[in-house]
Amino acid sequence: MSLRPRIKLPESVKPGEIIEIKTLISHIMETGQRRDKDGQPIPRKIINAFRATFDGQEVFSATLYPGTSANPYLVFNMKVPGPGELELTWVEDGGAVTTERVKLNVAV
Amino acid sequence: MERPHRVSVVGRRDVLAGGGAGLLMLALGPGAFAQDAKGPPANPNLYEQALDKILGDTKPLPGKITFEVPEIAENGNTVPYAITVDSPMTPSDNVKAIHVLSMQNPLPHVASFALTPLSGRAYVSSRMRLARTQDVVVLAELSSGKFIIGQRTVKVTIGGCGG
Repeated sequence: MSLRPRIKLPESVKPGEIIEIKTLISHIMETGQRRDKDGQPIPRKIINAFRATFDGQEVFSATLYPGTSANPYLVFNMKVPGPGELELTWVEDGGAVTTERVKLNVAV
Repeated sequence: MERPHRVSVVGRRDVLAGGGAGLLMLALGPGAFAQDAKGPPANPNLYEQALDKILGDTKPLPGKITFEVPEIAENGNTVPYAITVDSPMTPSDNVKAIHVLSMQNPLPHVASFALTPLSGRAYVSSRMRLARTQDVVVLAELSSGKFIIGQRTVKVTIGGCGG
């Protein structure tokens, strides 16, 4: 899956600080409710799951349904435990996975 | 777009009549107003099914949910929303999950979010599709097992869901 997610994090963070993480991934989020020109149903194809972990620890996850807009945009918070790596994973219908890893720049 | 399964126990007009009616409905719980219907619904209501699946036997209570959503959405394809639940987000007292349901979409479930104490704050923001003017319901599942509920009406100028 060649989807290019965009991730926005604060430039520098302090341990214990609650930061905002913004993510966006380009995806049509085909609902499965539409029909093509010939009246045939267009099969559902959406990003159905998102997960954020920090050094392997679960931070936030989402189960998405066709009611979520195309190019799913997700904003959530994290209380920074210390330096570490954020791993973000998107799962598409059919099982294709997109993973991004970002090192958090923690000013100690 | 065809919506063969959109059959509601409460008339659509009742729901559209205002948040008050909708709120009362939810306060009573899904079982309460099912009995008011004239006979069983011809088709199970998808919104109530989704609600039941999340709540089980629990009754949601009104609580400290801030649900930010536009009153009027010009484009139902992408309606921004932000949800904040008042919670210390400690290991013993936190918000486990936030669920978003639309009452009148052909597929009512918008998203469910799972939070952890590492989230720091019970907050999420995203964008949803709304097929028409309707009420949107937010359920927050607390670590105590309780649910709290919030609800807003969104007027939609151009319906979403890619019809």
